This record gives sequence, C-alpha cells and structure tokens, in this order.
Amino acid sequence: MNNQQRSFFFNVDWVTVLIYLALCVIGWFNIHAAVYDEDHRSMLDFDTQYGKQFIFIISALVIGTVILLLESRFLSALAPAFYVVTVLLLVVVLVAGHNVGGNQAWIDMGGGFRLQPSEFAKFATCLLLARYLSATNVKVTDPKSFLIAGGIILLPMMLIKLQPDDGSTLVFCSLILVLYREGLSVYFLIVIGLLATLFVSALLVNVWYIIIVLVALAALLLFLFGKNRKFVTGLIIGLVLAIGFVFCVKPLYFHGLKPHQRVRIDEVLGLTKDLRGVGYNQNQSKIAIGSGRVWGKGYLQGTQTKYSFVPEQSTDFIFCTVGEEWGFAGSVVVMGLYLFLLLRIVMIAERQRAPFSRIYGYGVASIIFCHVVINIAMAIGYMPVIGIPLPFISYGGSSLWSFTVLLFILLKLDSNRMGMNYA
Amino acid sequence: MNSFFERRYVIAGIFITLILVLLARLFYIQVVDDRYFLYAQNNVMRRIMQYPARGPILDRTGKIMVQNEPIYDIMVIPKQVKPFDTVEFCKLLGIDKEGFDKRFAKAKVYSPRLASVFEKQLSLQAYASFQERLSEFPGFYPQRRSVRIYPDSAAAQFLGYIGEATDAIIKRSNGYYSPGDYVGITGVEKSYETILRGQRGVQNLLYDSHNVAKGSYANGAYDTAAVAGERLVSSLDMRIQRLGETLMQNKVGSIVAIEPSSGEILCFVSSPTYDPNLLVGRERGNNAAKLYKDPYKPFFTRPIQAKYPPGSSFKPLSALIALQEGIITPQTTYLCPGRYLANNGKPKCTHVHGLVNLSSAIAESCNGYFAMVFEKLMNAHGAKNTESSFDSWRNNVNKFGFGVKLDVDIPSESRGNVPTSGFYDRYYQKGGWRSKTILSLAIGQGELEATPLQLANIEATIANHGFYYKPHLIKAIGDKAVIKKEYTLKNYVGINPQYFEPVIDGMQNVVDHGTAVGSKIPGIVMCGKTGTAQNPHGKNHSLFVAYAPRDNPKIAIAVVVENSGDGGTWAAPIASFIVEQYLRGSISKRPSGIYPEYYIEKNLLPDVIVKPADKAKLKADSLKKATADSLKKVKADSIKKSKLISAKNKPAKKVDGQLTAMLPKQTDDE
Repeated sequence: MNNQQRSFFFNVDWVTVLIYLALCVIGWFNIHAAVYDEDHRSMLDFDTQYGKQFIFIISALVIGTVILLLESRFLSALAPAFYVVTVLLLVVVLVAGHNVGGNQAWIDMGGGFRLQPSEFAKFATCLLLARYLSATNVKVTDPKSFLIAGGIILLPMMLIKLQPDDGSTLVFCSLILVLYREGLSVYFLIVIGLLATLFVSALLVNVWYIIIVLVALAALLLFLFGKNRKFVTGLIIGLVLAIGFVFCVKPLYFHGLKPHQRVRIDEVLGLTKDLRGVGYNQNQSKIAIGSGRVWGKGYLQGTQTKYSFVPEQSTDFIFCTVGEEWGFAGSVVVMGLYLFLLLRIVMIAERQRAPFSRIYGYGVASIIFCHVVINIAMAIGYMPVIGIPLPFISYGGSSLWSFTVLLFILLKLDSNRMGMNYA
Repeated sequence: MNSFFERRYVIAGIFITLILVLLARLFYIQVVDDRYFLYAQNNVMRRIMQYPARGPILDRTGKIMVQNEPIYDIMVIPKQVKPFDTVEFCKLLGIDKEGFDKRFAKAKVYSPRLASVFEKQLSLQAYASFQERLSEFPGFYPQRRSVRIYPDSAAAQFLGYIGEATDAIIKRSNGYYSPGDYVGITGVEKSYETILRGQRGVQNLLYDSHNVAKGSYANGAYDTAAVAGERLVSSLDMRIQRLGETLMQNKVGSIVAIEPSSGEILCFVSSPTYDPNLLVGRERGNNAAKLYKDPYKPFFTRPIQAKYPPGSSFKPLSALIALQEGIITPQTTYLCPGRYLANNGKPKCTHVHGLVNLSSAIAESCNGYFAMVFEKLMNAHGAKNTESSFDSWRNNVNKFGFGVKLDVDIPSESRGNVPTSGFYDRYYQKGGWRSKTILSLAIGQGELEATPLQLANIEATIANHGFYYKPHLIKAIGDKAVIKKEYTLKNYVGINPQYFEPVIDGMQNVVDHGTAVGSKIPGIVMCGKTGTAQNPHGKNHSLFVAYAPRDNPKIAIAVVVENSGDGGTWAAPIASFIVEQYLRGSISKRPSGIYPEYYIEKNLLPDVIVKPADKAKLKADSLKKATADSLKKVKADSIKKSKLISAKNKPAKKVDGQLTAMLPKQTDDE
C-alpha cells in the first residue's frame, strides 16, 4: 500500500510541475488585472473571469492529479478511443456548436460552461500519433507510414479549419517537428521554410525580382556543386517549381484567403496601415506592451488594459497585461519560464525508454511552443491576428484543462519511465 | 532504438532561437523605443482645465456691480437617449421639431458616445422647468456654466466686458489662453484680468477606449484645484453713478467725479451708454454688432478717451501757474474794455468787465485778463525767448496731469493734448512764433485738449491746494484690500498752497454769483468754473468743473454735455445734482428752481450726419483741423502769411463733413 502510494508521485518531475504552477498563477493575476474593476475587488469573486479562472486552476489540478493516478498503459491503449471521440465531437460542434465571434467551436455544457473540442483534439492527436509511430514496423521515412501519420494529423486539422479556427489549425502544423524528430527528412523543414519565405517575398516585392534572385541562386549552386547530374536535375526541377509557386502566390493570396485574413496579413507586412481599423487591435496591443518599459507600470496600474484599449485582454491578448504591468522584466520571466519548460519537456522526452512516451513528449513541446510563439508574435505585431491562447496563462477552462491534460499525461508517462515498455 | 537522437538539438535550437527573437523584439519595443509609453499616455490621459469663478466687482459701499450667475447648457449623449415625449421636450426648451431633429443629428455626427451641447445658455427659469422633468429625458443633462451678470446695468464702460480670446491674445499669452477661453476685452475686466481670472486648475483624467471618463490619474496627485478670482472693490458710488447715467441719458458727454483726498473715482459716466447685460448670453453677438454700428458709439469711453478744449475752465490753472511764477499777484488788475486790445481786440470778452482783479477775472471769466496773463508768461524769459517760456509753462501744465496720461486703471486712456514747442516750430519754423501767435491757449482754446478725467483731476488738485492722487477706479484688491502703491502717493504740482485761495475765491464766486449761479446748492459751498467749447458743427459743448465743499472737499467733478450750449446751462446743473446727491444723499429744492427731472427728460442728442470714416483717418483729420484752427486765429499778426494760407486751406477742405457728431470738436476762441 505504502509502496503503491509512493509510486504515484515519487517519480513525478516536480520541476515541470512548479513551472506549470508558476505560469498558472501568473495567468490568474494577469487575468485579474486585465478585467479588474473597482466593483469587484476580490480575487475570488466568482462572477468575474479571475474568480472563474481560480476554479479552473483548482479543477485543472484535480484533473492533473487524477491523470497521475491513472494506469499509464490506459493512455496508450485508449489513444484510438480518445481520438475517435474527439473527432466525433469536432463533427458535432460543426453541426450543433455554439458560435462565438464567427467560430463555431464551442459545445454548450450548461451552467455557463462551454467545451471547446478543438482543445482536446490536440492531446488526442498527440496520443494517437505517438501510438502509431511507436509501433515497431512503422518508420516515418517510409511513405506509407508518413501518409498515415500525416492523416492522423490532418483529419482533426481539417475539421477545425471548417469551424473555422485558423489558430488551432496552425497549431497542428507544428506536429511536423515530431515527425522530424522521428526521422522525417530535413528537406521537409527546409522546403517549408523556403515556401514560407517565397510566399512573403512574393507579396512584398515584384515577382520578377524574386525570379532573378532565384535564378542567380541556382546558378551559384550549379557553379559550386554542379558536378553531380542528379543534383543538376534536382536543382532545375526545384527552380521551376519555385518560380511556379511564386507566380501562384498572388492568385492564392487573393482567392484562397478570406478578406479578413488578407487585411490582417497586409497589416503585419506593412502593405497597409490602418491604425483605426484592422490594425487597431494590434497597434493598441503593441502600445500596451511597449508602454511597460523596463519594470512595468505595476500591478493593476496598466491603463491600456484597464481602460479596454486592448481587445480580448484576458484571452488572446493576455500578454499585453504582462508586458504593460510587469515590463520587460515580466516578459523575460514569462518567456524564460516557457523556454525552460520547453527544454525540460525535450529533456524528459529524450530520457524515455519507450518511444511512445518520447514521441508524445515532442508532441507536447511542439504544441506548447507553437501556441507561445504565435500568441506573442501576434501581440507584438510579428504575425497577423490569430485567435490562439497563451498556454496556462490565458483565461478559459477548455484551454487550461487541455494543456493540463497534455502536460500531465507526459508527467505520468515520465514517472513511469523505468516501468514497462509500451512499444 | 533511439535513432535521430541528435535531432533534439535542432529542435531545442529552434525553440531557443524563436523565443530569443521574440524577446529581442520585446526588448526593442519595451526598453529601446519610448514612443509606446507616450502613445499609451495619450490614449488615456486628458488634461481637463478647471475654470475658476471670475472675481466679482463691488462698488465703494459694497454693492455688487458684477458677479457670476449660473446658466445651463443642455447636453446630450445620443447613445444614451431613449424614446421620450419629444413634443413636451421641445416645448420646455422653446424649440420646434425641426430644430430638435437638426440639433440631434448634429450631435450624433459629432459623436454618439460623447456629450455635445444641445441647447446653449438656458436661463434660470427655463432651466427650472426643464430640470423638474429631467428624469423623463434620458441622455440629456444640464451642464452648469457661469456668465457675468450686472444687477444695476450700469457703469458699462468702466466694467468693460469679457469675450472669447482672440488669436492675438492667445499668441501674446504664451500659451496661457486657448481658443474658447474667456478673457477681459475692455475696461476693468481687461486691466485687472490677471486678478479677476483666478488660477486655473488642472485635472488629469483617465479615459477608456470609448472616451468615457474613468477617474483621475494617480488619484489626483498631479491635479491642481482652481482658485477663484479675487474680489475687486471699486471706488465708484453706485448711487451717484446711476443718477449720473440717468441725468446724461439722451445726451452725449461724460461725468467724472473724484474724491480729492484719495484720488478715488466716484462717478464715471460715459454717455450714451449701454446695458452691460446685453453682452452676455445667447444674444451677445447680435447685441454687440448693433452697439458697434450705433453712430453714438457707446463703446467709446468718453471720460478717458474724448478730448475737449477746456475753454474757460482752464483759467484757474492759468492763474495758478502765473501766481507761482511771480508774473502776477492776486492784486494784479486789468481794465477790460470788452476785448484784448493788445492783440487787435482778440480775444473778445462777453461784455465790458471794467477793472478786474484775479478773483473777479475768474468769477466773470474775463478773456482779456487771461490773455494779458498768458502774454506775460510767454514773455517771462524775454520777448524773444518765447520757446523757453512756453516750455516751462507747458511743463507746469503737465504737472497737473494735463497732456500726460494719469495712469487710470482701465485701458485706452488718452493723454489729451498740450502742444509742444516743436509742434509750433514745424508750422511756423523755429523762432517763427511769439506769444501772440499762440494766444488762444490763454483761454483754454487752440490746440489744448483735455479728457474729462483730466479736468476732474485738476479740480481735485485745486481742492487739495497743490497735489493729487492719481485717479483710479479700483480701491481694494482681494480679501486683503490691497491697493496699488502708485495710487497712494501724493503728486505735487509745484504750486505753493497760499496761491490757491485767491483762485478758489474766484471759483466760489462763479457759483455764488457768476456764470453758474443757477446751480448753487443751498447750504453747500461749491467752487467751480464753467466752460464752453465751441463746436463748428452744431451747438457748443457745455463744460463745468467744480469741487465741494470748499472746506474739507469731498468731491471734485467735471461734466461735459456735448452740443448743449454754455457751461452754465447744462453741465453745471448736472454737476450740482451729483455733488448734492453725494454729499447729502438727496437733492434739495433749488432757489433757481431747477430740478433733475427736467434734465433727465431732455433729449440733446445731435442729429447724426455721419460719413463712415475709419478711426485712423479721423485722427489725422482732427489733427489737421486743429492746426488749421490755430492758424486761423493768428493769421492777422502772423509772420509768415503765405505759408499760413496754404497750410490752412488744404486740410480745412478735407475736414468738412467728416467729423462725426460724437467727437469733441476743436473750437474757436470765445
């Protein structure tokens, strides 16, 4: 009995738990600051968002504890079931979901609480991906396995895209890092990076300049490594494809994207400047963060957030409150905690004996990383406005719980790392 | 088992790189770039000016002359307006449905969330009935403002008015005033602006993104409270001020009364006047335009801006200077044949006075006697040194505050005119003029011009036997009753006290038996002198200067009634009523049978034959006119005849028909 009790918590990585708690508490205080008003001073006023967030945190801790008490092998075994249920929920939400701000992403649970299936799709997908890739006969380098793995990621991604929730859709893309870790060719990453660069450049400068640069680059490569015929062929095909892509960018941009997405991208790229309209939110967010200077304005002293110049202050733009009230010092602490957490997760993943645990760990890291980068980049005007929560900090039960589940499953797997091999 | 192991470094590297990129950007906007801090401040903070109440002005008895009265603007916030009884609402405000729609649309265009003025300056009565039903009209609310109110509707030119600061005023104030601020434009409101306006306060308010005030910045740590303007106590006595304005109604002219023992101005009437309440409130613009167009120029502050030849009222001053210079003694006599023989019979006297001494010459206003005195004065430094004698005479006249500014405490004071020797040099060439050339100065004519204030001040000086306090309109500033130091100093005129008695004897005789005998006040010894300023364009201007009582003088007064005839007929009776009212508090039955109502009811306004001429031109013309007149007087014995004629004809022609009825005229000798 005693031995059994010990095994639940003994091997838990307490450092990660502490970082997790720190981020939750930072989130709670900043939500309080973001929605603070004189009439509701108490941090535990349950009519307010910070009051509710307190409940969310407590319940998240309960959920975390419950996960730690589970049998590890359930997680692997039930992965397909989780996945199926989430996919079904994603279908249900499209049919009978609650529409908030144009996104049909919520299922009403009654009592003012709503469930966001896309949040749970993240760990369900991670689990199934881990389970699939950890099978002995599966190699990412094998096209069939690659396609199946890609399919596991793409199915929920497409359903979420239909809501349409661009932010969460983008998050699933980050799972490419998991595939990379498990052997996906580095060229995938390079090609993705290249395509992204070409896309942005094609929007910013004249297409012909890009083509000149591409041809010059190809000529240089040919001159340097042009001895291998295969290389030459590959280079020429690559060049033709790249030029073709460049010509497709504008039509894609103007026909493939919705106007509201387009104007947001235009604003970030500086193609338009509309500080009262499209650019208003981001500009106010930048002002809020920038006005914090080194040490910030102090707790509850942020004027930008308190007087609602910044939209979605407690959710997507919660980092404004951090930046404004705690300054660059606060930014460093929060970003430092995230980086520390990410590197810790990588470390945890790599110390697993079981590939399932390792792959899952990379999934967790990728998803958290993607959220952090997109959210902060958006808040400081490096990316178009995409609604995506800041992990553990943003207001919202679904988001907090799903990140908790995501992280604590890893902790559970980790605490069992010396145990059986699930492969 | 754990293949691609090294790829963890690539992934960790991606994590570190991207997070550092974001941190670098954060460092830039938070630490390096200061603009965002300012943007945030501009977003939320507004400096709201707190306007203090303007200081009230009281008369010498403590009666309020001007104070602030609340009025109400009806404000509207379109977004907060809910359906209500529009008909009733319009009835309460006295507007029609169309006007309502127009205003509401305008407010909506301005901003649906911000308050804008729906109806300006509701009177207290209109506000009272509106206020009772305010709750029926959500979105509308009253905003209190204050306007100047004048309970007696009197002393308009003294009080002046306030108006919105002009661009020039804003520029001069170095940023103190901003457009829309009210500032004193004329009168005391202007000269005591810095005291009356008080101290503005600043409130730093925080506004949210909808521009709705959310509270004060830093709990008001940087706010300053508005300090109300200080109270001014005027030297005016409202009782005689009102009496004076009533007596002067339908007449053009001035009354200035001074307390000799302090220099405090007791009465400051400029007629025609206007009701200062006209320049307040909704009709201000229309009223002001009307007053500006009024041919009688009610904004012209006659007591300090109008200039009149003092005429015979100058004689006591002439006598005093001559006595002091030792030119004559009180016993000096002159045999008057009805004209001044020494200068071809000019000037003439009204009748043959026979043998006169100083006192009787003043009492009977003998022109010959004073022509003789003046000639002696001008030859005091030798017959060929007229210029030097003239300069010393001029200096003596200036000491009485005549020809110089008296520094009264409201703006736009004129210095009157006492010509300089340089002036004559220019017209007669240097050394080309002698005592006879400028003889008309002897009897207060020629180029001499004084403001009513200067005339009254000369009387105060005589009453004081040789000194005066600079006349002023504000006797106490603020709760501590401060008075400007310059108004507490005695200004000596350089005449020994013993020389005054013979002159004053003559002046008492003017009232007791002389030209102002009809204005004698039973039981009060008044010393005065009438004057008549000839007006080539109509009836002469009537002048009277006096002080009373002879022993322990309490009031010195100058009255000018334009276009009314001799000094004794209009100015003297009006002065006597003011003096008696002031000294006794009532007006008694006069042996001569005169009574105030007659003077009040009489309309002496000249017919208006005005050709609009701008001020600068008028000024130039009147100067030429003065020159021309002076030349005319002396043409008989002028040295340079040919030059005279050409100088005279040119300007004289231009002047014809140009002068307005209101402006004091240069007159010929009596």
